[in-house]
Amino acid sequence: MFYETVIEGGKHWSLTVRAGTQLRIIDRDGGANVGMLLYNPQNLLERYNAPDTLKCQHTFKLTKGHCLYSDMGRIFCSITDDTVGWHDTVCGNANRELVASRWGERSYQEYRNEWTQNGHDAFLVEGGKYGLGRRDLAANVNWFSKVSVADDGTMLFDLENSRAGQFVDLRFEMSTLVLLHTCPHPLSTSLTYPRNPVALQLSKVPPAADDDFCRNSRPENVRGFTNTELYRLCGGGGE
Amino acid sequence: MRKESELLPGEALSRRVIPAGDYWIDTVKMGQTLRIVDVEGNQAADTLFFNAADVAEGYSAVDTIREQCNVYLSCGSKLLSTAGNLMAEIVADTVGRHDTLGGACASESNTVRYALDKRTMHACRDSYVLAVAQHDRLGLGKRDLSHNINFFMNVPVTTGGGLTFADGLSGPGQYVEMRAAMDVIVLISNCPQLNNPCNAYNPTPLEVLIWDADVR
Repeated sequence: MFYETVIEGGKHWSLTVRAGTQLRIIDRDGGANVGMLLYNPQNLLERYNAPDTLKCQHTFKLTKGHCLYSDMGRIFCSITDDTVGWHDTVCGNANRELVASRWGERSYQEYRNEWTQNGHDAFLVEGGKYGLGRRDLAANVNWFSKVSVADDGTMLFDLENSRAGQFVDLRFEMSTLVLLHTCPHPLSTSLTYPRNPVALQLSKVPPAADDDFCRNSRPENVRGFTNTELYRLCGGGGE
Repeated sequence: MRKESELLPGEALSRRVIPAGDYWIDTVKMGQTLRIVDVEGNQAADTLFFNAADVAEGYSAVDTIREQCNVYLSCGSKLLSTAGNLMAEIVADTVGRHDTLGGACASESNTVRYALDKRTMHACRDSYVLAVAQHDRLGLGKRDLSHNINFFMNVPVTTGGGLTFADGLSGPGQYVEMRAAMDVIVLISNCPQLNNPCNAYNPTPLEVLIWDADVR
């Protein structure tokens, strides 16, 4: 591990990682939510695409073995380990109005760093640092949050999905701009504004081997890895 | 929920057939009603909306399904924007369920889903990119091409977290109708997909009709 930090609940951050970087996200106290969007720093028009990610892998949830796809048929990162089992990518973010109506609004003026930041504004702030704006937001991942679907389509948030110490490992397969926030999930049923910290651990890991679990978890991912490796062989997305 | 419309095609302001593999882009004004007809059945109408007065505000699949707390669209669904505003409401629907999770097909995602040598086959996102390039006066670009609605597509989610592509619930002449709650630019790609059994490998035409507000 070459770096470790803690992001308190209700905050945001961004970082650019190279291929071969592992990001471990640890739910420190349980009940965390981490909103995440991914972009190709060499071409910001290439971005995480939740619909492609879901339909390519015939899944609604994200967990170990899944890959996060860009809209260009490439893999930003693979989920190489996951002790949680279900992460959401279809619910988006809470915005200011939603936070205010559910938990009440705490202004910065009055509460300073204990204000009630929302995920939508958090992404606008972090994205704006790279020239990204309203038009560039997409369906994000909500790590540690589970929303299941009944037969009639009704969505159900699980407040007990993630416990203290549970983690997810992301292995990046190409250079990636990561925007993240720790603001509440928009369907959270918490009685008070949830303010749960996560630990982030960055390390170097070897590239995916031929018998890699994520590469071989579906035939689609074999082809996704081929696309990504071709891009890197041609000089894109690499070191 | 299924509900038939009382609007008469003979009173429509405009009627237009969209052949498979083609796109349609036009403005639907506040209060007007847009009907999309699945002319021969099991065709996918990949549809996006933009606020005509501020194109940076577009249809948001995630806000739409979350606020109605249901992943499927049908009569009564309020189609929301990235700013949480009402763009249009589905007011008639003879099918009963439409998808907004699966996104549009792309030549790039086709390489992953089917085979690497599918990369040159026509796809919805190529139609979208061409549409905004040929209408660049609107100020739209690739970055605005976010997650769309797939009218007439049936993509059931299982309780265990799976995603399946089932046979369509639609059929010849089935339609969905929505009333615009603001002036919206509507962009439809009539899906050219030749690799997916959901349209029996046979993409077919769609028809769009628009009625003025005072007809209803």
